Amino acid sequence: MKRIIHLLVLPLLLVAVGAQARLSIEITEGVEGALPIGIVPFGWTGTAPPQEMAAIIGADLARSGRFAPIAADRLPERPQTIETVSFDRWRGLTDSLVVGQVAAEGNGYRVRFQLVDALRGDQLAGYSIRTDAAGMRRVAHQIADIVYQTLTGERGAFDTRIAYVTVAQEGGKRVHRLAIADADGHDEQIIYTSEHPLMSPYWSPDVGWLAYVSFEEGASAVYRQNVMTGERERVAGFRGINSAPAFSPDGRRLALTLSRDGNAEIYVLELANRRLIRITDNLAIDTEPAWTPDGQALIFTSDRGGQPQLYRVRVGANGPLESPRRITFEGSYNARATVSPDGRRIAMVHGGGGGFRIAVMDLESGNLRVLTRTRLDESPSFAPNGSMIIYATEVGGRGVLEAVSVDGRAHQRLGLHRGDVREPAWSPFLGK
Amino acid sequence: MIGNWRWLVIGCVGLAMAGCTGFGARDEARSGADVVERGTDGGADRDGSRVGTADLGGRFDGSALDDPQSPLSKRVFYFEFDRHEVSAEDRPVVAMHAEFLAANPQISVVVEGHADERGSREYNLALGERRAIAVEKLLTLQGARQSQLQVISFGEERPVALGHDESAWRVNRRVELLYSGQ
Repeated sequence: MKRIIHLLVLPLLLVAVGAQARLSIEITEGVEGALPIGIVPFGWTGTAPPQEMAAIIGADLARSGRFAPIAADRLPERPQTIETVSFDRWRGLTDSLVVGQVAAEGNGYRVRFQLVDALRGDQLAGYSIRTDAAGMRRVAHQIADIVYQTLTGERGAFDTRIAYVTVAQEGGKRVHRLAIADADGHDEQIIYTSEHPLMSPYWSPDVGWLAYVSFEEGASAVYRQNVMTGERERVAGFRGINSAPAFSPDGRRLALTLSRDGNAEIYVLELANRRLIRITDNLAIDTEPAWTPDGQALIFTSDRGGQPQLYRVRVGANGPLESPRRITFEGSYNARATVSPDGRRIAMVHGGGGGFRIAVMDLESGNLRVLTRTRLDESPSFAPNGSMIIYATEVGGRGVLEAVSVDGRAHQRLGLHRGDVREPAWSPFLGK
Repeated sequence: MIGNWRWLVIGCVGLAMAGCTGFGARDEARSGADVVERGTDGGADRDGSRVGTADLGGRFDGSALDDPQSPLSKRVFYFEFDRHEVSAEDRPVVAMHAEFLAANPQISVVVEGHADERGSREYNLALGERRAIAVEKLLTLQGARQSQLQVISFGEERPVALGHDESAWRVNRRVELLYSGQ
């Protein structure tokens, strides 16, 4: 009887959870000099569209720190096409306008939008996109990406996902969940739930799989799970720790940390044939491997010098091609590197007397800059366009996610309604 | 207040029962954590947790492992930040556990390593293991068989105290001995 009730209740809960965004975003620090932009609420015909496109696009652009959307009640007019814009009325307010309409079409919608240069009266971009109701938010993110790329010259990363781990105390148990959401925190989906700790989610380059660490068998093991189908397999369950998985840029190999040979060392696992290649051999802790974008080298954490610092080693098909070289020298604790998509800098956990903060270091010059001011920051992850870094920290006794622009100027917080959220992993781009 | 005491009594019985299944050490550590978490509540919980410990002892039947007066009742060892050396104070206690294991080859123990939350999670997983290995090495050097010992690290994933300051961190940087096979 109990089981039946459980089954009846569970789908209802899932629906309730799915219907509301569980991560809320708060921009904690805006940026001076952000570009004003007018995003006019889209007009509509037929059935009212399920999403406020302009609100989603505006929130995306504001989060980047590069744009300051004009508040809806301060818009001088609400045109829906470039033909109906009175350019005089926008002068002094903004040089850039987004206008559009949503029309019901079949069992879905057609979304048209134009990005307008309000100074010259030119159209900079214009698209017509067909979608079903469920795809509306995604279309809004894609429009934000087009606007961002057209005006900044840099690819937008709004139509991407984040993975993260949540922990909540429920009925005397600590429940760990591996979740995926849109980059703005909406549409959270739980892909794995466990009473045992979950750690270290890492996206495959095609965004089809997540590798992660689960303690469900009593000790750490590395799994990979297909995000769409739920197919799941254990890829490393050796004696000792199995952790820190990182897909290679070609998706064929997984760098990871194993202590099967005595203490924590870096290995590369070839996924097709399960061949295991040992990269480090040292009595110290070696862990947290991060690939460079060319797939030729790993940057990892080692305390071989007495304290955790970052090292770099070039790797070949059968092992390391050199002795690892230390690359961080500033501060007593540098760990958990992640490499920017262009390969030019790394983000890391940077510690000293004051706490543990997120820092970025230029790989060529070695210049290191601290981006955050909280004291328990960890797990940095770059947006696929390299513009922002999402990371975990603790605020008011709870685990939250925050994002900071790479220049350190824009800050935002993604909080759960309850419990802790940690270990964010920003997905690669979803399409070419 | 009465409600609190009722919980404590239930908790004590629970602890004693858990102890019977051979995981007494872990539960003792967990009850210690409760004290840290509820530290602001004042004396009642602290007193209660002492009652719990006495109760736990009273329900066991005699072997050295179950004697709360025995040094073997100390099964949690604490560490400095980012260090894995067993303290001079704990070394003789670990030695007594080694002696006990040498004399009781049918008994096995899980050596569980943990870290506080500071720094990165994966590094802490390795740090927890290194602490557990430090205790494991002392145990084997002094007579325990490798086959009796199993090292597991949980890094910072299983804190006993949930605070975000040194009072929590110092009890989370630990190795626990979890006996089984009695």
